[in-house]
This record gives sequence, C-alpha cells and structure tokens, in this order.
Amino acid sequence: MNAPHAVDPDALRVREAPYYRPLGDEIALFEAAYRNRVPVLLKGPTGCGKTRFMESMAWHHGRPLVTVSCHDDLTAADLVGRYLVTANETVWVDGPMTRAVRMGALLYLDEIVEARKDTTVVIHPLADDRRALFIEKKGEVVHAPPEFLLAISYNPGYQSVLKELKQSTRQRFVAINFDYPVAEIEAGIVAHESGVDAATAERLVRLAHMTRNLKGNGLDEGASTRLLVHAGKLMAQGIAPRTACEGAITQALTDEREMLAAVHELVSAVF
Amino acid sequence: MSSSAPSSEAPRPQPPATAGRFSEPPLAATALEERFEELIGAVLSSRRTAAGISQRLARETRALQDFALHWVAVTSKTNPELAYQFAALSADAVAALGLSGAERWLLAAMDVYDRDGLYRASAALKDLDGYVARARETATGVALAEVSGVLELFVTGLSGRRLRLEAGAQAWTDTAVLTLPARVAIFPTRAENFRVYKVMAALLWGQTRYGTYNLDAAAYPQEASALAHFGLLEALRIAARLARALPGLHHDLEALAQPALGPEYAAARARLERPDASAADSAELANEHRLPAVPPAWPFLAAIDPSSALGVRAERVARESAALKRALIRLQDDLQAAEDGLGERAEEASRALRLSVSETDEDVEVSAIFDGRPVAPPPSVARLAESLFQDLGTLPEDMLVAAGDGPYRPDANSTGEVPQDAIDARDDEPGPVVYDEWDFRRQHYRKHWCVLRERDVHPGDPAFVTRTIERYRTQIGQLRRSFEALRGEDKRLRAQPDGDDVDFDAVVRAHAEVRAGAELDVRVFSRRARHARDVAVLFMVDMSGSTKGWINDCEREALVLLAEALEVLGDRYAIYGFSGVTRRRCEVFRIKRFDEPYDQMVRERIAGILPLDYTRMGAAIRHLTGILSSVDARTRLLVTLSDGKPDDFSDGYRGEYGIEDTRQALIEAKRAGVHPFCITIDRDAASYLPRMYGAVNYTVVEDVARLPVKVAEVYRRLTT
Repeated sequence: MNAPHAVDPDALRVREAPYYRPLGDEIALFEAAYRNRVPVLLKGPTGCGKTRFMESMAWHHGRPLVTVSCHDDLTAADLVGRYLVTANETVWVDGPMTRAVRMGALLYLDEIVEARKDTTVVIHPLADDRRALFIEKKGEVVHAPPEFLLAISYNPGYQSVLKELKQSTRQRFVAINFDYPVAEIEAGIVAHESGVDAATAERLVRLAHMTRNLKGNGLDEGASTRLLVHAGKLMAQGIAPRTACEGAITQALTDEREMLAAVHELVSAVF
Repeated sequence: MSSSAPSSEAPRPQPPATAGRFSEPPLAATALEERFEELIGAVLSSRRTAAGISQRLARETRALQDFALHWVAVTSKTNPELAYQFAALSADAVAALGLSGAERWLLAAMDVYDRDGLYRASAALKDLDGYVARARETATGVALAEVSGVLELFVTGLSGRRLRLEAGAQAWTDTAVLTLPARVAIFPTRAENFRVYKVMAALLWGQTRYGTYNLDAAAYPQEASALAHFGLLEALRIAARLARALPGLHHDLEALAQPALGPEYAAARARLERPDASAADSAELANEHRLPAVPPAWPFLAAIDPSSALGVRAERVARESAALKRALIRLQDDLQAAEDGLGERAEEASRALRLSVSETDEDVEVSAIFDGRPVAPPPSVARLAESLFQDLGTLPEDMLVAAGDGPYRPDANSTGEVPQDAIDARDDEPGPVVYDEWDFRRQHYRKHWCVLRERDVHPGDPAFVTRTIERYRTQIGQLRRSFEALRGEDKRLRAQPDGDDVDFDAVVRAHAEVRAGAELDVRVFSRRARHARDVAVLFMVDMSGSTKGWINDCEREALVLLAEALEVLGDRYAIYGFSGVTRRRCEVFRIKRFDEPYDQMVRERIAGILPLDYTRMGAAIRHLTGILSSVDARTRLLVTLSDGKPDDFSDGYRGEYGIEDTRQALIEAKRAGVHPFCITIDRDAASYLPRMYGAVNYTVVEDVARLPVKVAEVYRRLTT
C-alpha cells in the first residue's frame, strides 16, 4: 500500500500542446514573472480560459501542472499532506502542494477565495521571496526549486463580501487580467474547440455579448466562452441551434423566469 | 426555529359565493334594502335610496346577491360612494362577466380609486361595456405591463445601453425610452401578439442603435409627409441591418404583414440595404419627392420626433463624454502609478492612455493602449465609449485620450456641484422606495402604495451609553460570558481519519482490535474543528410615538447591552428603527448598518433614538427584508422590538388591516429566507402576535425594566 503516495511527475505533464489563443500580453507577463520567480494571480470571469492558459504555460515550459480546485472545505492539511495509518505504522503522505513544490511543478490553485482561511498560512511563505513550504507536522521546510511557480485564480465578478481576496494575499502576486477575448478571436476559439463553422461561431459570440450586456441587470455573469463551446459542440452533433443554446446557455445562466424568457428571445433573435 | 408555517395564501374573509347557496332562496327586495342601509347608509338619502337596486337584485339568484352584498361591504370600507355605484351595476356586471370576472372588474376600479380618486374610479366602474370588450381581448391580447420586464432585458441585451419601456399612444423613442402601445391584440394568439411587441421594440431599438437620430437637426425632413417617409425608410434600413445581425429577429419581422411598397420604392430600398447606408440616406431619399405623396400605412411603424430625441441625445452625449473624460484620466493615473510601483518607468510620452473604438460585424469593440501595450478597459469605460459611439457614430480624437493630466481635474470643481454620474452611482444613499401593501379585504396588494425613505438617526448624548454600561456592569459581564460560550468555540473531534494530534484512546482501541483479529480502524487522529456561526441579524426597533418615555429608555438600553454582547459573539448585525406617518411617509432609520463597526457614532445614534410617529410595520419589514437578504449568511434573523400592534392614523391601517398587512410582509420575508421574530412588551400580544409571527416566534417581556437584559437573552436562545 505504498504505491499511491509516490506520484510520477510525468503523469502530471501536459502531453499535447493545448489550444490557446493569446488575448493580449498575458504570455509576456507570465514569462517575466516566471523568470523572476514571482507568483501570479489570474483574474477573470468564469470560463474565459484561465485554466487553459495554465495548461498551455506548463506545456510550453515542460513542467508538470498540479491543479487544485479550491472548495470551502479545503484545509491547509489537504494542501500540505497528512499522516495516514497503514499496517502498524503511520505514513506521511504529501498533499498536492508539497508534491508540486518538491517536483518543481506549476501549482495552480483555482478559485482560491473558496478555500478555508487557514490555507493562507501555507500560501504566504510560498508566495513571497522565502519560497518555502513549512510542513508543521513533520517539522520540515521544503524550499521551492527555481522551476516551481505558484499561480492562483480569482473571479472578481462575485459580489460577495465573503469572497474577497485579502490584501495581504493579493499583494504578493503579479496579477494577470483575463477577460473574454475580442469577438473575432473568441469566434475562432469557439469554432476550433467545438467544430462549428465560422458563421455559427460568430453568431454564438454575438449571443454571448448580448448576455454579457445583461450582467448587472439581473444576470451575475454573461455566457462564458466555455458555454459557447458547449453550445457549439451540441450543434456539431446535429442539435438544432435554438435547442442547443437553450440547453447550453439559457438554462445554464439563470433560473429566473423573466430572465429565462429574455435570454430565450435573444437566442431566437440571433438564430 | 420552527414556526407554525402559515400558508402563503391568506384565508378569504368569507366566501363570496358558494355552490351550496344556490339552493337557498333569494332575498326579497326589502331584506336587501335593509342590508344596503346598514352598509352604505352614509351615501343614501331620502332622494337617493337603495330601493331600485334592491328590486333589481331581488330578481337574481342568491349567489349573485351574496356576491354583491359581500363586495359592497368590502368596497364601502374603501369608499361608500364607490360601493353604491358597484351595487347599482353588480347585476349587469355579473351577467356580462361572471362572478370572478365581475370581481376583477371591481378590483380594477378600486386600483383606479387608489391611484386617481373617486371620480376616475366611478368612471371606470361605469364603463362596464368598455371593460367587457377589453376583457374579451385580454384572453388573447398581450399587455405591455406583462411583457415589459422581458422586453426591457431583451433590448438591454441587444446592446449595452439601458433603455426603459413605457406605454404610450404610439410607438416611438426619444433614444432613452421606448414607447410602445399599452396593449397589442392584433392577432388571435398571445404568442403572435407578443411577437408584435418584440418586433416593434426591436425596430425602436434599431433607431437608437443604428443612428436614426444621429443627424443634425437641419437634416431631418420638415414636411409631415416627408417625415413620415423618413420613418418608413428608416424601418426598411433597420430591417436590413437586422437581417444581417439578427437573422432570427428578422425572421419574426418578416412573419408580420409587410408594408405594401410600390415599384417606386425599389431604388430607395436597394440603397438602404447597402451595409454602409445611414440615416442620412433615408433623409435624402425622403426629401427627394420621388416617392408617392403619402407612404403606405403599416401598423408596426414607429413615429419620428427629431426635436425631442435630439435633445435627449445631446444631453446624454454631454453627460457621458464628461464622465468618460474623468474615467480615462483616473485610469491613466492608476496605470502610471502601477508602473511606477514596478519601477519600470518608460518615456513620458508613451505613458499616455489611448482608447480605440471600432465596429466589427455589428459589434462595437472598445480597446485601449497604454505604454505600447494593450490594456483591458474597465467595463464602465467600455460602456461609456460604446454608448457614445452609438450616439456619434465615431468617437472624436479628444475623447479617446486622457486629456489634461497634471493637477487639474474636471471633476475637482469646488462649486459643490455633484457630477451627474456620481448621482447615478450613489447607491449608498437610496432614494424613496415604493412598496406594495396587502389589503386583506380585497385579498390583493395595493400597488406602489407605501413610499419609504431611509434616514440617519441624529446622534444623541454619548453619556447615555456610558451611563447604561455603568449601570448594567454586572449584567453585561454575565451576558458576555454566556455569549462567549456560544462563540464558534474550538471543539476537539475524536477518532478522525486525519488531524493535528493523535487520539490515544482511538489508537489503543485500534491496536487492541487488530490484535483481536479485527480490521484496523484508521481513524486515530483528533482534530480541532471550529464550529462556525453564520448568522446575520437585523434588529428592527419601534420608534413610534407610543414608546415615549420609559419604554424608549429601555429600548435604547436594550440595544446597548445587545451590542456589547454581540461584539463578543462576532455575529453580523444591523440595527434599524422605523416609524412614519401615512403611507406616503414611511421611514426607516439607520442606526447601525451591517458593514459598520460598533463605534462611537453608532453608540451616539443608539442614544439618539427618539419616539416619533406611527408603526406602519409592513413597509418597514419589506424594506429591511431586502437589506437582510443581501447579506450572505446561512441564517438570517429579523428581530422586531415593539410595544404594540401595527398602527397608522390614516388609510385604515389601524386594527385588522395593519395586522394582516404585517402578517403578509412577514410571509414574504420567510419566503425570502428570513426568520422573523418579535420581542414585545405588549401584554395583549397573545391576541394578535401568533397570527402575525406564528405561535413560537415571539416573546412577551412583561416587565419593561427587564427588557434590556431580556433582549440579549432571547437572542442567545434564538441562535443556539
């Protein structure tokens, strides 16, 4: 029972070049930060390509990528590791963060604000120039190799007092701002990812812009690029465009009756 | 908290008509007349009797008679004259509309009475034939009020600028408001009539989006027929744009009957369908006089009114260009500061921000360049630039750059004038809010009935708080200790699969079990778990005149003790007072907002709580429920401190009406996920509070002197 603890770094390597269309100077910023060993904060709405960007960077640098999707029960122990009991002994098992530091991976903590507050304790020393991970239970300090990079993501769109990133945390990072790509590029992404033709992709993007216009007027978020890709995939499977949009976009965005009707009308205006 | 869970539907006061009554014999005219004397005697006289009405009704069934009497009774509480007129028409109304239809007809008239008074209301009642005709239409027609919510979102989605919808005689727009007919009943089905609304709204939206009003005033045709032509040609041009940008919508447009255009229009049409056609082309064509004298009629055509639209547009351009200028300067400052912070100082000249706006394939795209690299413009800047682009067709050079760096700021004027966009954005200072009120007699809401304002409590004598703390020193100590026990204390969880320490008991047990041949239990750790409280509570304090003196002192002391105790607990809490006179002046007083700390200011405000006017509770509950709902917490509590029944001196709020409205407001609160609770000192509370709050959701503090300590105790009990 000791196999599960050793994770092969190769298993975490990104094997194929991920499809990623640069939106601005985010790659240059990332490269500069990585060279200077400064952690990065990816800011942006949901489904705009933050995770894909990290995959692309990991592939480009040939580093393993450790992604942790944070949730409200994620504790520091979940990140750092814990003792497990096996036959007559306790065995220390590294958590994903410790593994990532040891193998010099890119560690990507997705939606960091969702995690428990105690995770900041382990993130802070890793994010400043100490670049060290303190494993309290073992009394061990793991120094991050130069290839290691910490990246976190954060969606500033949530207007919740509970989901603010604290200044002491955010000021340790170089922030890279993501937004939905300009129409032309976004249509290219949708066409590539879903396999619909260029004209359909353009219409999907136009629809997305309309729903984004409704952000703050009753919608928390407009349709993300990811939703467009979903809708496009359904269409590529032969589902009628309005049905595909209804399932992949309208119903995904809201449950509110009036808003459903309005988005439905927008869909039928475009398709 | 388990409540008696009152159903969302209030029971009807008495059934107006039940099937069983059909078998009962009808009342005779004399019996009816007697009842009318009782109910509306105030508006009867020797010359105006209820005899005629009674004789008419005596010929009807008992069910109809009961219906008439019931609603005469209800209406007479609003206005006896209206009740009399209803009685006179009731038999005809039921004959034409049926019982439930007649009920709706009366309620519509009562709404008119609430809004416009007796004269209009009796006119509405008397227009029974008109109402019947409209009711027939209602079955298939669509009212703007039903669909304006969806349509408003629809046009907002089509392009970023927010447009309002209003009902009017004719479809037209001043580029800020889309005016549409109040009702569309052209087609036999609702779906088709809705489509008419959608197409008309889209054509009006097209006028704002595709620049119908982007010309100089002189460019618009002067003659009426030419102007009418201009409207028709614009519709053709916009339809062509829709065909390219929104094919689905264009399909809807084509499904409607099209204007009958003769061959004279062929050339104009071809010109307007070109992608670069603009309103200038339409104006030119309309002025050329090559078209027939009168354009063909088309029911979906929008009217054109350049003078008012141009005014609205000019005012908006002025406002938005000033706002954009300020926003750009701010953005440039921020970007420069950020760069200075990074120590990457570039040439001064390149450190300017530059916007660019382009129209690609029906979409307006806003981008920005700073220091040679693209930056994402914030949504507010993009929205302003897009809106200006819509109005101007292009953005002039001086709007694209952050002009006037250095100390000068266009908005730093010392005249004390508040810039327009600052007014729009001042959401911390809410204006009057309008709330519906429940009328239990009608079993309907009175629409937009109460006007409520938020105000600040004038700070009072800070010595009051110090004195209170001094006086209740021991009690505060006890409260704090008991609240500390409540606090999300750390608790050690045993036999956990993972933890920060070893649970030796579990280890020994596991060891013994393994020796005995059982399977190893790996849960041998102990872990400290924080039991997190996630409570937000809003205290709603009665500031009515009846609390004057002793009760008011106790209320204020109670709040001081409560705040002292809550500070230990760490729950989020807010304190608001409420009072008001009449439905037009309901007031809610901020004492402590959720985001405010318990500081000197709050203490002084608590000291400054004064007995004011009346207790129109419904509106206050509705408003505070809204505030409480916006707080993210697992448990939301609305605790009312009160000294009696809801009461207001006018509009019949006193008594049953007020209780029923309050009850309805509390039901709304529960639906919104808020737990209401009431602490009262009224010993008669048992007669009405169970109806309002449910049997277990209130407590009576008999001894007013105990109120200060009791409130905190009750809260502690409530949240454990």
